[in-house]
Amino acid sequence: MSAFFILIGRDLQLSIRHRADTIMVAGFFAITVILFPFGIGPEPGVLERVGAGILWVTALLASLLSLDHLFSDDEQDGALDLLLTAPVAPTTVVAAKIAAHWLTTGLPLTLLAPILGVALQMPSESTVPMITALLIGTPTLSLIGAVGAALTLGARRRGILLPLVILPLYIPILIFGVGAIDTSGMGFEAGGLFAVLGGFLLIALALCPWAAAVSLRVATE
Amino acid sequence: MHAFANPTRFLKLAAAIQPWAVGLCIICFAVGLPMALVFSPPDYQQGDTVRIMYIHVPSAWMGLFAYGVMAAGSASYLIWRHPVANMVARASAPIGAMFTALCLLTGMLWGEPMWGTPWVWDARLTSMLVLFFLYLGYMALGDAFDRPEQGDKAAAILALVGSVNLPIIKFSVDWWNSLHQPSIFSMAGVSVDTAMLPPLFLMVGAFQFYYVVVVLMRVRAHVLAAKVRAARLMRAA
Repeated sequence: MSAFFILIGRDLQLSIRHRADTIMVAGFFAITVILFPFGIGPEPGVLERVGAGILWVTALLASLLSLDHLFSDDEQDGALDLLLTAPVAPTTVVAAKIAAHWLTTGLPLTLLAPILGVALQMPSESTVPMITALLIGTPTLSLIGAVGAALTLGARRRGILLPLVILPLYIPILIFGVGAIDTSGMGFEAGGLFAVLGGFLLIALALCPWAAAVSLRVATE
Repeated sequence: MHAFANPTRFLKLAAAIQPWAVGLCIICFAVGLPMALVFSPPDYQQGDTVRIMYIHVPSAWMGLFAYGVMAAGSASYLIWRHPVANMVARASAPIGAMFTALCLLTGMLWGEPMWGTPWVWDARLTSMLVLFFLYLGYMALGDAFDRPEQGDKAAAILALVGSVNLPIIKFSVDWWNSLHQPSIFSMAGVSVDTAMLPPLFLMVGAFQFYYVVVVLMRVRAHVLAAKVRAARLMRAA
């Protein structure tokens, strides 16, 4: 367990030193969300209706953006080989990297979302559901994304391949994430939807680190 | 199962099966197509457009079936390193993708007269569309590496991840669809007349044998290509 936290600490330190990466992801998220009112038009009714969808789709894309270098930085400087041969289970290594990825992308996006929600004129009642849904949903994005990042490690044209592999798997989270925000924004009981999001998180938590570790072994053998 | 891990032995078996599969495929098409397109009764509501069903339903079935084969083949490749299972899985993907595309296309052609629009975000259409993208991802990933073995393994893992995800995606899309779209377009009302069943089963059989024929052809081509490559390397060395 201590190895797990040491690894998280290492990745966090790396991302603080390369803080441009995290800032870029947040910047991408903000600027892309801001583009939608220009594309759709500023009428309050319309923006309010599609706001949750815009936030989620943009969050998916933003988290995808940072997956590109989740393993590849470590692979290029050789650290990945050391980590995988270290006396730590590969799943622990992967889980720590996923946790660090979430802390540097999912969490900032979640914190940024309410501000962007105001820009999208979303009702104030949906602020808390929005944060909750993103808090439960974005770790699942990091988990599934890590499998994709590990699978495509060393692939040609990785930038196009990664979205093709990962985005179809993101669809359930998108559906229930938007559903949870919209349903509670309209004043209905949405506990079940949050529970489903939580269920996805638990399934992903059980399977993804393992699948990503197997994929990493294939990529580095 | 494991006896056929040897590609040469598998080729022998494939060569024995191939003519039978070709024959059965031709017979099923020869009997099924005229029955489906000419002799079966038109639907009392949909008229002759119901004949699209004889292509649409077998395509949908084959799209799912090929994914099942792909997942099973990938699993036995990862677990037992069964090389032929991998080849069968890789060979199934383009065929499954094509059938899924055919299912979507015929669905759109059917939807145009029935629903008044070629595309609705019906739960089934949406799931098939996602399945199509899973196929595309699988094929793209398999071909993306300089080391073919890495592509094989990565694609196999993706196929398994996808097979865990497919039911989840299906469930999500069903839920999403029932929330956003009141079921105006429910197809549950269409109960199939018994006269429609024989041509439907024949068409399913025809598609199934077509799949067997093409998979065997692709696997044989793959094995032979590997042999040619090895021979060339030998000569170069």
